[in-house]
Amino acid sequence: MSLKILKYVFFDLMRSRFVLTYIGILAFISFGVSYFSNDEMKTVLTLLNIVLFIIPLVSLIFGSIHFYDSGEFTEFLLTQPVSRSSVFRAEYLGLSLALSLAVVAGLLPAVIIDRLSVGNVYLLGISVILTFVFTGLAYLASSMNIEKVRGIGLSIVIWLFMAVIFDIIVILLIYLFRDYPLEKFIIILTSLNPIDLGRILLLLKTDVSALMGFTGASFKNFFGSSIGMLLSIAALFLWVLIPYLLAIRIFRRKNF
Amino acid sequence: MISISNLHKKFGKTIALNGVDFNCVQGTVTALMGPNGSGKSTLMKSVLGLVIPDSGKIIVDDADILHGFDYRNKIGYMPQTANYPQNLKVVELFDILKDLRTSETDDELIREFRIKEIYEKKFGQLSGGLKQRVSAAIAFLFNPKILILDEPTSSLDPLSAEIMKSKIHKSKLEGKLILVSSHLVSEVDEIADRLAFMLDGKIVIDKMLAEIRNGNGDVRLGKSIANLLNKI
Repeated sequence: MSLKILKYVFFDLMRSRFVLTYIGILAFISFGVSYFSNDEMKTVLTLLNIVLFIIPLVSLIFGSIHFYDSGEFTEFLLTQPVSRSSVFRAEYLGLSLALSLAVVAGLLPAVIIDRLSVGNVYLLGISVILTFVFTGLAYLASSMNIEKVRGIGLSIVIWLFMAVIFDIIVILLIYLFRDYPLEKFIIILTSLNPIDLGRILLLLKTDVSALMGFTGASFKNFFGSSIGMLLSIAALFLWVLIPYLLAIRIFRRKNF
Repeated sequence: MISISNLHKKFGKTIALNGVDFNCVQGTVTALMGPNGSGKSTLMKSVLGLVIPDSGKIIVDDADILHGFDYRNKIGYMPQTANYPQNLKVVELFDILKDLRTSETDDELIREFRIKEIYEKKFGQLSGGLKQRVSAAIAFLFNPKILILDEPTSSLDPLSAEIMKSKIHKSKLEGKLILVSSHLVSEVDEIADRLAFMLDGKIVIDKMLAEIRNGNGDVRLGKSIANLLNKI
C-alpha cells in the first residue's frame, strides 16, 4: 500500500469542511449530554444511542460521496505503477481513519468531563469499529454502482435497513413467534446487524441488563458476558472484513 | 513496444472494442483518430489497465499487462481533462508520483512547462489550462519509454501547446513510443508519423501518413482520410 496516498487522503479529509463540521456537531452533542447529566452511565448510554444513529449514516453517505468525488483522481493514480488493491486500501483506510479520528475528537468532551471510564472507552471503541464497518459498506455500495445517484441511494437503503427496518423485523418475529424458544435464533439474527452488535457489546460491559431488552438479555444469558463479548467483537470484525473484501474484489475488476 | 491482439470489450450490449489488432513500435508517433464512441478511449484505457478486456492480449515490452502493473513504470500518461482534488498542492501530487515511480525525474521539465511558479498552489486555485500544463509535465516527468497522450493540446494555451508538440517530436527522436488521440487533422499532420483510425470498435485504417497521402493523390491529410473512409 502506498503510504503517501494514505497520508494524502487522510490529511485532505482532516482539513475538509465536512469532517470539521462532523467533529463540531459530535463535540457539541457530547459536551451538552455530559454537562447536563450527572450520571456517567446515563451519559454513555445517551451518547451510544446518538452515535449508533449518526455514525452509520455519516460513514455511509459521506463514504459514498467521497468514493465518487475522488473517482477521477483514483483513475489517474491507477495509471501509475501501483496495484488496484493498494489504491483501494489507501483510500479506504484514509477515509476510515479520518472519520474515526473525527468521532474520537467529537466525543472527547464527554471523556474529559466524565473522566476516562470503561464505558467511555467502549463507546469510543465501538464508534471506531462502526466507522470502519459502514465506510466499508459505503465503498461496497459505490463499487457496485457506476452511477453516483444509485451508489448513494444504495447506501441510504443500507442505513435504513440496519438502523430502522432490521429492528422492526426482529420485534415482529419476536411477537409472531412469542410461543417458541427464540433465544438462539435472535442471537444469530443480532449478529447480522453491526449496530445491534455494537449496542449489545457496550450494554454487556455496562451491566445494565434492565435496559438490554430481549435480544441483549438472551445474549447475556446464553453466553455469559465475557464469551458474549468475544463473540460480539469477532462478529464486528467480520463486519469490517467482509464488506472490505467484497468491495476490493469488485474494485479490482472494475472498468474506469 | 505495444502489441495488441484480438482485443474485445463490451459494456452491456455496447461493443466498445471488436477484435482490435494493433502494434506500435518505438520511435514513432501514432495518432489514434475516430468519431466519439469509436473505441479510442477504451483502447487507450485498456493499455493503461483501466479497462479490463473481455478477451485478447496486450503486451507492453514483452509483459502481458494482465499479469502485473510494473509495466506502467514505462508509461507516461496525460488524460484529456485534468481533474485533481481541489485541496491537493502541485508539489504534493509530484511527491505522491515520485513515491509510486521507480525512475528518476526529469526536473528540467518543471522549468520547461513553467511549473515552478505554481508548485505550492492547490489545484483548486489553478485554471483548467494550468492543470492541463501540470498533466503534460507529469506525462514526461519520469522520462518514460512510452507516452500515451489523450488529446494533449486541446486545453493547453498556445505556448504550452507548442512546448508539448516539441516535446513529442524530441521524444520521438529519442526513440520513444508515442500514442496520441486527437480530433484535429492539422495536429495529427504536424506531429504524427502514422494514423490508426477507429470506427465501431475496430481499426479501419492503419497506415503511415505518407502512405495515406500518396495512395489517394491528395496532399491534404483530411481529404485523404475521407477518401480512404469512403472506400471502406
